[in-house]
Amino acid sequence: MRVSLPHVLSVWQRNFAMYRRTWKLNLLPNFFEPVLYLLAIGIGVGSYISEMGGTSYVAFLAPGLVTVAAMNGASFEVTYNTFVRLNFEKTYESMLTTPVQAEDLLFGEVLWAVTRSSIYGGAFFIVLIAMGLAPFPYALLAIPVIPLTGLLFASIGIAFSLRIQTIDLFSFYFTMFLTPLFLFSDIFFPLEERLSGAWLWVAELLPLLHPVRLSRAAFHGEFSAALWWDFAYIALLSLVLLYVAAGTVRRRLTT
Amino acid sequence: MATALENPHPVVDLERVTKSFGARLVVDALSLQVPRGACFGLLGPNGAGKTTALRMVYGVTRPDSGSIRVFGIDVGSDPRQVRSRLGVTLQENALIEPLTPVENLAVFGRFHLLTEREIRSRTEELLDFLELRSHADVPVRALSGGFQRRLSIAQSLMNRPELLILDEPTTGLDPAVRISLWSRVDQLRALGTTVLLTTHYMEEAERLCDQLVILDGGKAVAQGSPEELIDRVLAAEALELDVRPEEDAAIVAAFGAKRSLRAGSRLILYADDAGELALRLREQRPEHRARAVRRTNLEDVFLALTGAQLEFGA
Repeated sequence: MRVSLPHVLSVWQRNFAMYRRTWKLNLLPNFFEPVLYLLAIGIGVGSYISEMGGTSYVAFLAPGLVTVAAMNGASFEVTYNTFVRLNFEKTYESMLTTPVQAEDLLFGEVLWAVTRSSIYGGAFFIVLIAMGLAPFPYALLAIPVIPLTGLLFASIGIAFSLRIQTIDLFSFYFTMFLTPLFLFSDIFFPLEERLSGAWLWVAELLPLLHPVRLSRAAFHGEFSAALWWDFAYIALLSLVLLYVAAGTVRRRLTT
Repeated sequence: MATALENPHPVVDLERVTKSFGARLVVDALSLQVPRGACFGLLGPNGAGKTTALRMVYGVTRPDSGSIRVFGIDVGSDPRQVRSRLGVTLQENALIEPLTPVENLAVFGRFHLLTEREIRSRTEELLDFLELRSHADVPVRALSGGFQRRLSIAQSLMNRPELLILDEPTTGLDPAVRISLWSRVDQLRALGTTVLLTTHYMEEAERLCDQLVILDGGKAVAQGSPEELIDRVLAAEALELDVRPEEDAAIVAAFGAKRSLRAGSRLILYADDAGELALRLREQRPEHRARAVRRTNLEDVFLALTGAQLEFGA
């Protein structure tokens, strides 16, 4: 691969320049979504639940919702935005008339999606601190999980967006993929208490489960060697998908 | 620019370049040389391979065979180096709509790794050169088509390219904007920039290009200056007649024009002296009126070569 970091950053700067102009429209809805879940489910429903996983329900929910904020931040960027730049606005085509190469463009987009996921994850994390839901100092260890979650979902999303031919497929991506992940990745209830046997192994495939485990371990200050598996899953799946996406972006943009 | 003049390489050098997409042959053994400082035009009907040829020059499309050297460099071996020295204005504008012209230019400057200082000074120059200053801080989505087109060209000039590639630069623009863009191209050439363009407008090609190649089905069917092509393919002057197609053959045989073309309801005869042809016609066939006696233009050449109309050779 021929990646040039300065060119990757120039692509990142393009998105940053655009975001500075439009962040008010973008940031607010994305930011409020996990806050609303925290209030309605965590505090509302949570008041009928005496404890879960050894803590109050809202404290159980908080670490998972941090990763959801990061997942959403990355996913919006690399789905609709990437598709439009590739197919409608000819943004990528025009970048390739400059010294920027296809791989630079891919990594610039992913780096930007990680940045955006960090903005949303970080903003939500600040809300948790304000509400006293991020116990000091261990919860601070959850901060690196935010960009890691961003990287994972940027890689999944961009690999998907570069391959599909019609924008309509994103409704499947969100409704049939991200929403089930959101509901069944240990965020709202401990998965291992509801599943048994082979299903527990199947559940290990769910991408969001792994960032949630890392985040919750940090919030609770309970660390075990098993967390290396979660970290390895995120790193390996991201690398494999980025490698695949690099091939796709070359094929789509250069002939 | 002094060193540029000593450079013996053509700026663009294609040698027997061939490209297929699947079973479709898009560019067929195309050879062309663009000398430094020239304005070189690629003409041809839709699907003739013009855009593919341009994409190969800046290295986004790789040829199946043949060699492509730009500034003497093999494009495939070092596309970054080649692209840092050329600018491309694509057929479709690719601007960031929520941002202003100044911000759009800065984004492009960063793709070329210019410093913020260089970006500021070149933006200033280009705002003047392409008359963008009046709307320099207005979001692009609020600008007219002509304004957006000028901004697209300004973008491709941010790196002060030695070679400017324009893919249908004036399609869809009103005549005043076209004329003003043509004079910008003249100014750039006066500063030593080489220009390679495609166009559908023969008038534009005649006005701007000192050399051109006409492509049809990916093949170069003619190459030369506009005057050479007119002389070689047709003749200096044209006589247009309103006659029914059945009479074409008889008239062409009787008057001995060099070439003739049927264009819709008209028969066009080409000769070195079309006035003389018109006189003989009035004497021998008074029933046929000459509609026009004029200089032959590139449009005639284009129609003759790409077979867009039915032809009766003399």
